[in-house]
Amino acid sequence: MNARSLQTTIIFLVVGGILALAFGGFLGPVSRQFSSALIAFQTWVSSQYLGLQDFATAPRDIVSLRARNSELEAQVSQLQTQVIELQQRVSQTEILAALVDFSRANPESAYKAAAVIGRDPSPFLHYIIINRGSNDNIRRGMPVVTNQGLVGRVDAVIADAARVQLITDPASAVNVYLQNAEADAVLLGSVTGDISLDMISQDASVEAGDLILTSGLGGGYPSDLIVGQVVTVRSLEFELFQQATVQPAVDFARLEIVLVITNFRPVDITPLVP
Amino acid sequence: MRNLIAFPLLFLAVILQSSVVSQVQLLAGYADLPLLILAAWALHKRVDTAWHWAALACVLVAFVSGMPWFAPTAGYLAVVFFARVLQRRVWQAPLLAMFSVVFAGVFFIHLLSFVSLQISGVPLSFLDVMGLITLPSLLLNMLFSIPVYAFMRDLARWVYPAEEYE
Repeated sequence: MNARSLQTTIIFLVVGGILALAFGGFLGPVSRQFSSALIAFQTWVSSQYLGLQDFATAPRDIVSLRARNSELEAQVSQLQTQVIELQQRVSQTEILAALVDFSRANPESAYKAAAVIGRDPSPFLHYIIINRGSNDNIRRGMPVVTNQGLVGRVDAVIADAARVQLITDPASAVNVYLQNAEADAVLLGSVTGDISLDMISQDASVEAGDLILTSGLGGGYPSDLIVGQVVTVRSLEFELFQQATVQPAVDFARLEIVLVITNFRPVDITPLVP
Repeated sequence: MRNLIAFPLLFLAVILQSSVVSQVQLLAGYADLPLLILAAWALHKRVDTAWHWAALACVLVAFVSGMPWFAPTAGYLAVVFFARVLQRRVWQAPLLAMFSVVFAGVFFIHLLSFVSLQISGVPLSFLDVMGLITLPSLLLNMLFSIPVYAFMRDLARWVYPAEEYE
């Protein structure tokens, strides 16, 4: 063995021994100092490199990110439009399903579905305009309902549209029947859209929650259509009749699709009125 | 030819009135878009077709509405008449004239509507009508009159350019 190889062997043994001592935990304080200095240096080098890399690549990334962002924003707005359209379809489908259920539950009447496309331009009147007219065999006087109850009746018809007078209209008067009290009454509209009952006999025992149905008297409407429920009753001994406020079964502010009862012909009793 | 803009504009106004404006309610009242358009149009000095527009608006509204036909007819003609009279006197304050015409027009049309419905046998309470319909409608009409006036002023300048008029 020459001197050079001996020197190499000694170096390996010394380094190996130091490493063995270090791995064995005998050089803890020294190795910690060394490693922390090394890590600090590496951190500095790394951060400098990343900074340089950012500086070199950032402009290109911003441009591409902006382009990508605008693409995604366009996609989001498109998807939001689709979501709104689908929600509208779901809403319409639910309404139509309810109307189909209603027409199946009342097979004695023939129905024609119509969409509400407008309201009367004058705030004094409560009319709606529907997209069915004489071309669809809609005639003046036909009752209009939803699955919830009575809406009104057709007031005027043109070829492809009709105007419907709501039961909330101040000129509307519907003959109704109080189911629990077994009494007849007249349902009246008002300028505010509230409806009320009048001409209830003083003998009738009317209570809040009583169901109100059309009576069919007068021939203007078919019988047994749900109109609403009694909310409060006003009964004064010195008056001839009782009055009551009514919660309508139909939400008139949210009318979208209605059913016209096409097999009902109103009876004009005007010549019989003295 | 530019006068023909009245047809699409008034058709659109009546459609919007029936489908959109009538849904924007304050208590039981809402704005009257055809009235605002007529008032704003008639207030412009160069405009010489205000009566034609009024007649067209009367026909359209009387056709759509369940109100007796003479109520909107007399009302809209009165609005144009009032606007033409005021236009000659309050020419330096056009927006003030617009407010005045709308104020008077709404009251007059509602008075006509009230009287015609009373004659038809519809039971109406005057106080209810004033508090729940007329005053809220007046407020909404006043609010809408500013943008409608600005739009109609630009339209009038387009239909009647200054160089052609002078």
